Amino acid sequence: MKRFFQRLRNHSKLAYFSFWFLVFFYIVSFFADILAPYHFDYQFRNKPYQPPTKIHFIDESGHFHIRPFVYNMIIDDPVFRTYREDQSTRYPVKFIVNGPERKIFFVFKTSKYLFGVDEPAGIFLFGTDTYGRDIFSRLLYGGRISLSISIVGVLISFTLGMITGGIAGYFGGLIDQILMRFVEILMVFPSFYLMLSLRAMFPLNLSSIQVYFLIVLILSLIGWAGLARIIRGMVLSIKEEDYVLAAKSLGLSHWRILFFHIFPNTFSYTITALTISVPGYIIGEAALSLLGLGIQEPYPSWGNILSSTIGNLKVVGDAPWLLLAGVFIFAVLINFNLLGDALRNVLDPKNW
Amino acid sequence: MKTFILKRLLQLIPMLIGMSFISFMIIQSSPGDYFAQMKMNPEISPETIEMMKINFGLDKPVLVQYLLWLKNMCRMDFGISFAYHIPVTTLIKFRLKNTLCLAIFSLFLSWVIAVPLAVLAGYKEGTNIDRMLSIFAYLSISLPSFFVALLFVYFISKTGVLPLGGTRSIFDVNASAFLIFKDYMKHLLVPGLVLCFVNIGWLFRLMKNNFVEVFNTPYILAAWARGLPASSIIFKHTLRNALNPMFTILGMEIGSILNGAALTEIICGWPGMGSLILEAVLSHDLYLVMGALVISGFLLIIGNLIGDILLTIFDPRIRLT
Repeated sequence: MKRFFQRLRNHSKLAYFSFWFLVFFYIVSFFADILAPYHFDYQFRNKPYQPPTKIHFIDESGHFHIRPFVYNMIIDDPVFRTYREDQSTRYPVKFIVNGPERKIFFVFKTSKYLFGVDEPAGIFLFGTDTYGRDIFSRLLYGGRISLSISIVGVLISFTLGMITGGIAGYFGGLIDQILMRFVEILMVFPSFYLMLSLRAMFPLNLSSIQVYFLIVLILSLIGWAGLARIIRGMVLSIKEEDYVLAAKSLGLSHWRILFFHIFPNTFSYTITALTISVPGYIIGEAALSLLGLGIQEPYPSWGNILSSTIGNLKVVGDAPWLLLAGVFIFAVLINFNLLGDALRNVLDPKNW
Repeated sequence: MKTFILKRLLQLIPMLIGMSFISFMIIQSSPGDYFAQMKMNPEISPETIEMMKINFGLDKPVLVQYLLWLKNMCRMDFGISFAYHIPVTTLIKFRLKNTLCLAIFSLFLSWVIAVPLAVLAGYKEGTNIDRMLSIFAYLSISLPSFFVALLFVYFISKTGVLPLGGTRSIFDVNASAFLIFKDYMKHLLVPGLVLCFVNIGWLFRLMKNNFVEVFNTPYILAAWARGLPASSIIFKHTLRNALNPMFTILGMEIGSILNGAALTEIICGWPGMGSLILEAVLSHDLYLVMGALVISGFLLIIGNLIGDILLTIFDPRIRLT
């Protein structure tokens, strides 16, 4: 493991950075409950589409304050949603503040927040949406959903792909024929169309937790076919190796040979493929939620936050900070791509 | 050549049957049907619904329904859309035309941009130009199509330089064909550019890899040694060989562009297949979903076939079968 990091760093500083950036992103979204200044559905009804709150150090009379502060934003024109800062009172940014009670990690009840300001002012680092909900908090919570879907989905589809590809390649014959024809047919459909049709198999109004697992299921159903084919090809060539013959002559069972002698030899490929395919799942979830078929309100996901901008020129023009969800998606994707490219070279046995 | 194409076409048949069967099964297992909404409507009597069911052939067992549908499909008849009350074929034909226009436009544009850039980057490998182009390629690969589309929408909402949504503006009835065409192209520009941008990145990368690979072969070195001019080496000796694998990519791309196009169409309001299948899924329009699914799969197969045929035409080494 240590050697692996060393090699990754030697190969490409950028990819090494990408790796830690992704780790950071996953950790931050995992701890969204603790880090977010507001609960994801806490609404400031009088502050719809408020632009990001400015954080000040210097007040209007020119005095410098070590503790940063914000001003309350007041809506000037409710039609055009123009805001102005009410500079009469300063609201200093505080750490560990009290707020409405909510649950952390679905279990612990608490009313403490990591940071925040006293009401009626609000600290909206990335502005608010149509209900006056803090986009920054929703992005953190949404990251937890979007990123966890990608990980769970990738793991399921890789398990499926490995097992199917392994069985088809190792046993060959009729099983191979049937499985591979099925895989080929699955691969014929453009994945977006297949995704929508699979979504159509289930009712539109499901509970949030059901939708979550449904998305994981759909995405992994679409993703496993390509991998199964490649694994099959690899298993076909590996099973001709002498050490597999040796394992057979020792009387090991087929499953033991497959799982302990053949699969480990495909890992250098699968780990790379895994990294490269995560973006597909993030995009898939975002696309479904974007169209209103995925994660439902009030729960946030990165696609879901973007969805209010679709087909609504005015909203996009007035509240471009809603597009920040797309920036988050982009940041994660480009780092996965960078890391994947580096892994491909680092894990390639030819380069050892 | 003819036998090769014929063979490939014959291979399509089991593929199409399997594909249509899976499409049918997916739709069959969806809960509630189109009539569920009608049953709620007190103005429609149960008898009418029964009659419609018989008309649509929905009263028969599932397998019979499938075979009937398959039989009709061979005559390019995909049934009648529940929601629009017109044949699915007509509906798809109209939408497919738009999607194909969009796909061809963006494919053409992205190839015209990506291939020369890739040749440039491949020729000057390791220089700043190469590095900058690679960064651009990374951006293009990592930006999801819907986000690029949204950025374009944002840009247009601010400037209003291009029309958005639909395929044409409101016109005088006697507008000349040229004017209509110009207007159509204008509407095409936004989704077309979005798709083109998303597509360029990986095209560029593939093409550059191919180019570099061929450029480092001994026969190119031999060409240099014989004192051939650089332009001849790059365009005649390297580019021609480097382009060959790209023809397979061209076929594969039809599928990927269908995927990318769907979301872009929905966001930019372009009436193509993507927005059609979304509407169909949302309204449980059974035959329409199946038709769209089968047609999109069919397009993908045809795309691969075209790619293979182009490859055999342009690469004499593969002209075996």
